[in-house]
Amino acid sequence: MTARAERLDDWPGVRLHVVTGKGGTGKSTVAASLALALATSGRRVLLCEVEGRQGIARMFDVDPLPYEERRIAKGAPDATGRAGQVHALHIDPESALMEYLAMYYKLGRAGKALDRFGVIDFATTIAPGVRDVLLTGKVYEAVQRPRGGRQAGQITYDAVVLDAPPTGRICQFLGVNSELAGLAKVGPIKTQADKVMELLRSPRTAVHLVTILEEMPVQETSDGIAELRAAGLPVGGVVVNLVRPQALSPSALASVRDDTVDPTGITSELSRARVDVDAGLVESLVAEARDHAVRRQLEDEQRELVAAEGVPTYELPRLPGGIDPGALVELAGLLRHQGLA
Amino acid sequence: MPVLDVDALLDDRSTEIVVCCGAGGVGKTTTSAALALRAAERGRKVVVLTIDPARRLAQAMGIEHLDNTPRPVLSVDAGAGGSLDAMMLDMKRTFDEVVESQASPEKARQILDNPFYVALSSSFAGTQEYMAMEKLGQLHRQALADGSHDLIVVDTPPSRSALDFLDAPERLSSFLDGRFIRLLLAPARGPARLMTAGFSVVTNALTKVLGAQVLRDMQTFVAAFDTLFGGFRQRAEQTFALLQADGTAFVVIAAPEPDALREAAYFVDRLTDDDMPLAGLVVNRASPSARTELSAEEAITAADRLRSGDSSSLTAGLLRLHADRVRVIEREQHLRERFAAAHPHVPTAVVPAMASDVHDLDGLRAIGESLSRQE
Repeated sequence: MTARAERLDDWPGVRLHVVTGKGGTGKSTVAASLALALATSGRRVLLCEVEGRQGIARMFDVDPLPYEERRIAKGAPDATGRAGQVHALHIDPESALMEYLAMYYKLGRAGKALDRFGVIDFATTIAPGVRDVLLTGKVYEAVQRPRGGRQAGQITYDAVVLDAPPTGRICQFLGVNSELAGLAKVGPIKTQADKVMELLRSPRTAVHLVTILEEMPVQETSDGIAELRAAGLPVGGVVVNLVRPQALSPSALASVRDDTVDPTGITSELSRARVDVDAGLVESLVAEARDHAVRRQLEDEQRELVAAEGVPTYELPRLPGGIDPGALVELAGLLRHQGLA
Repeated sequence: MPVLDVDALLDDRSTEIVVCCGAGGVGKTTTSAALALRAAERGRKVVVLTIDPARRLAQAMGIEHLDNTPRPVLSVDAGAGGSLDAMMLDMKRTFDEVVESQASPEKARQILDNPFYVALSSSFAGTQEYMAMEKLGQLHRQALADGSHDLIVVDTPPSRSALDFLDAPERLSSFLDGRFIRLLLAPARGPARLMTAGFSVVTNALTKVLGAQVLRDMQTFVAAFDTLFGGFRQRAEQTFALLQADGTAFVVIAAPEPDALREAAYFVDRLTDDDMPLAGLVVNRASPSARTELSAEEAITAADRLRSGDSSSLTAGLLRLHADRVRVIEREQHLRERFAAAHPHVPTAVVPAMASDVHDLDGLRAIGESLSRQE
C-alpha cells in the first residue's frame, strides 16, 4: 500500500460526534471505537460519558475515572503509521455543578460542605433539566475550547465523542437547552444554553445511532431519527452493531434454505480439509446453518428497514471473544475503513 | 448450579408478588409478561404491571392505551381456572391519583396545576420507580380487599442501574419529606445557622441557576403540599415492607453478557443485604449450543485449508459459522460460570434466544415453555 492522501471520511467538519442507541446495542463500544478511529495522524480526541457507568474505564481496562480529562489510549495509526491520542472524561452532574458554582460564584470549599444538606443532589436529580444542562454544558466547553485552553495545562481537541444517553432519551437530553422552562431566563446559564443549542444544531455536530438487526432496536432507531429531525438536530449515520458472520454466500444460503444441500459434496470437502467426518457431522453443520439462515432472513429484513432511512450506514461484527482494548482497535479499523472516521 | 423451578414458584399459592428486576435491554418486560401468562394458564388470577412493552406486544395484550387500570387480556386459556389482567404504568397519573387521594380537592388542584409539580411528576429520575412501587401497593391492597387477583407480577423501569428500583423511591420520598425543601426556602435555623453565610450564597446561586420562577413555584408547591409530605414517605415505606414480606419473590433477569450479569450480581447482593426474598436468576437470550463436538480451532483450520481451493466454498462457510457458534457459546458459558462461582446458591433458569421478537401471546407461551423446560 502506497502512502497517499488520507481517504476522506463521510463527516468532515464534524467536531462533536454524539453516539446514541437502544440499551444493549453496544453504544459505548461504538463510541470508544469511533474515538480511537478519529484519533489518527496526531489528532487528539476526547471521549466523554455522562451516565455514571464507568463504561470507558471498563472497556480500556483501567481504574474508575475521576472528573478529569485523562489520556487513556493511543489512537489508530494512519497510512504513514502516525497515531493520535484519546483522552477520556467521566462527567458526573454533581462535579459539574460544583465546578460551575466554583467558577461563577467562587464557592469552592463552602459548596462542598453544603452537599450535606443535599443541595447538590437536589439540583442534579430533582430540579428537572438542570442535570442535562450541566452535562451538555460541560461537553460544549470541551468542544469550543479555544486554542491554548482557558486554564493552564488544558488540551484542545480536534474532535469530541459523546457516549450519550439512549435513543429513548436523546432528544430530551440534547434539546434541554432550548426549553429552559422554569430555568433562568437571563444570566450565565441562559447565555450558555443558547450557544450550546447553536452548536448542537450546526454541521459541526452529528448524532449517530447504534442499532442491532432486531425489530425493536431498528424501530427505535427509526423513531429516533424522526425525532431528531423534528428537533432540528443533525442526524449522522447508523451503525449496525453485533452483526453475525456473513459466512455463507447468497447462493449457499439459498441452498440451505431450500434443503438442496449436497451432503456428499460437503463430506468430500471435509475430508479434503482433513476433518474427521463422522455420521452426524455433516447433518449437524447443515442444521446449524439452517438456524443461521432463518436468523439471517430476519436480519436482512431489518437491514432493509435501516437502509430505507437514507442515512450512511456502517456495520460492525459481533466479536465472539467480547470487548477488550484489542477488540476496540479492531473495530476502530473497520470504522475507518468504512468512512465513519 | 441449582435450577430455578419456575412452575413451582408460580403454582405456590403463598407467592403473591413476583418482581422482575435487572438491567435494561435484557427482556424484563417480555419475561414478566411470559411469567404472568403462564401463571394464569396454570390457574392463578394474575395481574401484570408493565412499564414499557413493545408496541406490538402491548397491542396483543390489549394495553396499548394508557389508562392506568388493569384490563383483561383476551385469548388466555382459562381451563385451569385462572385469568390474566394487564396494565401499563402511567407514572404521572399515578402520582396525580396519590395527590388527589391525600389532599382536599382545592389543594389537589393547586398542586396538580403547579409547574414544578408537573415537571417533577413526569421527568424526575426516580418518579417512575416510586410510582411503580406505589401502583404495586395499590394493586396489593385491592387484591386483599376483593380477591380479584392472587398474584401480582411486576416489571421494573429500564433504568441505568438495576438497583434504581430500590433506591430511587427513597430519593423522592426524602425530597417530598420536606426537610430539604424547607431548609432551602426558609431562613436558616438551628444547626444550619452555622452555615448561614455559605448557605445563602448557594441559594442565591441556585436562584440564578434555576431561576426565580422555579423557586417561587416550589414555594407554592411546598405550601400546598404541606400535609402530604409525611404521607408520601409512609406509603413508600409500606410498599418497601411489602417487598420484604414472605409472599414476595424477586426474579433477577439478565443476559449472558458482562454488563447484564454485573447488574444482576449487584442486585443479588443487595437483596441478600436487605433481607429480600430472591427466587432466582433468569438468563435470557442464551445462544444455541453447538450440535457437534468439532472444536472452533479445528473448524477454522479446516475452513482455511478449503479457502485455498475455492473461495465460495459452502463447506468453508459452514465451518466458519460453526466456529463462531462455538466461540460465542464458550464465552457465554464462561460468564455464567463466573457468576455462579460468586453466587453458588442462586437458582437459575436459562432461556434460549428466540429467532424473532415476541409480539403476541404465542410468543409469550414459548418463553414460558422454555423457562419451565430446564435440565
